[in-house]
Amino acid sequence: MTEFLMNHMMVKVRGVDKIFKRGSEVIHVLGGLDLSIPKGEFLALMGPSGSGKSTLLNLIGGLDRPSEGTLEIGGKRIDRLSERKLAAWRARHVGLVFQFYNLMPVLSAQKNVELPLLLTKLSRAERKKRAAIALDIVGLSHRAGHYPRQLSGGEQQRTGIARAIVTDPTLLLCDEPTGDLDRKSGDEILDLLQALNKEQGKTIIMVTHDIHAAARASRTLYLNKGQLSTEAVD
Amino acid sequence: MKYLYLIFSGLKRKKLRTGLTILSIMVAFILFGYLTAIRQAFDAGVEVAGADRLIVRHKVSLIQLLPQNYETKIERIDGVDNATHSTWFGGIYQEPRNFFAQMAIVPEELFDMFPEYVVSDEHKAAWLETRSGVLVGRGLVERFGWKLGDRIPINATIWGKKDGGRTWEFDLVAIYEGIEKGTDTSQFFFRYDFFDETRAGGTGQVGWYSVRVSDPDKATEVAAAIDAEFANSAQETKSEAEGAFVQGFANQIGNIGFIIMSIMSAVFFTILLVAGNTMAYTVRERTNELAVLKAIGFTDRGVLGLILSESMALTFVGGAMGLGLAWLLVSMGDPTGGSFPVFYLPTRQLFVGFVLIVAMAFVAGIIPALQAKKLQIADALRR
Ligand SMILES: Nc1ncnc2c1ncn2[C@@H]1O[C@H](COP(=O)(O)OP(=O)(O)OP(=O)(O)O)[C@@H](O)[C@H]1O
Ligand SMILES: [Mg+2]
Repeated sequence: MTEFLMNHMMVKVRGVDKIFKRGSEVIHVLGGLDLSIPKGEFLALMGPSGSGKSTLLNLIGGLDRPSEGTLEIGGKRIDRLSERKLAAWRARHVGLVFQFYNLMPVLSAQKNVELPLLLTKLSRAERKKRAAIALDIVGLSHRAGHYPRQLSGGEQQRTGIARAIVTDPTLLLCDEPTGDLDRKSGDEILDLLQALNKEQGKTIIMVTHDIHAAARASRTLYLNKGQLSTEAVD
Repeated sequence: MKYLYLIFSGLKRKKLRTGLTILSIMVAFILFGYLTAIRQAFDAGVEVAGADRLIVRHKVSLIQLLPQNYETKIERIDGVDNATHSTWFGGIYQEPRNFFAQMAIVPEELFDMFPEYVVSDEHKAAWLETRSGVLVGRGLVERFGWKLGDRIPINATIWGKKDGGRTWEFDLVAIYEGIEKGTDTSQFFFRYDFFDETRAGGTGQVGWYSVRVSDPDKATEVAAAIDAEFANSAQETKSEAEGAFVQGFANQIGNIGFIIMSIMSAVFFTILLVAGNTMAYTVRERTNELAVLKAIGFTDRGVLGLILSESMALTFVGGAMGLGLAWLLVSMGDPTGGSFPVFYLPTRQLFVGFVLIVAMAFVAGIIPALQAKKLQIADALRR
């Protein structure tokens, strides 16, 4: 890859190992993994269950630390940040979308979306306004006052996406965002992610088990036995 | 402030559990406030006791009498400023449950010895003119709805009259106020001269002496000197500081302070378990939510603070309601219907209550908060 391209990398993972210890058992999940993702890419990450897809996503999102190796995201080394700095970095630069939405059941959609903004210096009015915009982008303005249990799975996931984009992060990490949805709702979520990628230039990494979902991405990588490849290996 | 809804949303999750916990905390603080007022009532005498006053009584027991002529002998002792005597009457007004103290004393000496009883000059003069007159504290007057000029019959249990009767009639001619809130205004003082000439027996005998020393620092020495003066006489004495005397008197009923502290400790310990349990559950049930908060950028410390704040909100709501209700209950009057010399919840104790609230919030919340703090995001999200 040329220098030019290297400088336009959103994600640079170099020689990353991830080892889990469960009692005396040592689980080697990722071994010397390298990965570069250019800005604005929509990457699908596939692979068998237990291959470490979520683990890799967590490392890139600064939710966990590698046992070995370096991670540079948006030009910043995150593997050596302190807990507090890492938290602040996550708040600013990463949007997370989960398979089971992970919304706060006692907060309305609007309040759920506002949550990440509590960590900013924005005024109350400004927070409200931005949450409203995010809800508008995902097409849920009319459900702002509803609680998660009053929303369908697809609507809850759209709320989840609104929460992920409300701070305007450059990187969106989605772990099986359609994994719990029917075809139609799943397609709507994928439409939304594609639009965010194309129209707003978000870099997206999406873990999925669904080939149809992966087909929406601009590139698909397969994780197997701790390594990435461009081909599925069964 | 912007986190406030987040704090309360945590508590709103399980409304019934939160409600019951708040109720338990409230009950604990009602008890705290009410029992504190009761203890205060028992301690009041000790706290307001004159540091410069001794009580001299019969060595064997308080109910044994001393000769009236000890007064001049005591006053001759070095370091004694002044002495006066009191005699317990122990009569009954209408029925035994209307208990209050009645004492035969010498008016002029009383005013001199006890400046905490404030009496107007007219009332003083009226009392000095009326041999059967009585000086009554404001609290007692209000308790029975008496007014000046009332004739108050007291049935004697100890002191029969020369004429064979047992009902003594006193004229309410003077009322005293307390110099401060803690002053006992439940007393009933009548004149010793009237008492001595009317009683059937015991003439010239008095209950105990109150003695003012000129230097409070030498009180112990003066007490020893008084007891030495009467050693080996027919009526030996025991002298002690007024505070110690009042304490001993209260202890006849039992160590009230200790009993109350024991009850409160048990209650608070139980409530602490209840609150701690509630906090432990909210953290355990919300592992996932707390991990999400961290994932979107809340720091470990932020989450710790959130859980401690929830604990604070929980105990504060319950505790403040409890203290408020206790205050209300106490201001509605004492549980004996007026037998306590004083009954109120001092501001200082309210303050102690609020310190207890904060302490309880901390102790109940700190372990769950630390657990929330050390929660690993990736781990917690897998659960
Ligand atoms: N905190 C942990 N402690 C111990 N083992 C872990 C931990 N996290 C992950 N693992 C193990 O690491 C391996 C990879 O887990 P990971 O969740 O990344 O897989 P995945 O590819 O996302 O699987 P799935 O498709 O089922 O979500 C699994 O064997 C898992 O048991
Ligand atoms: Mg996974």
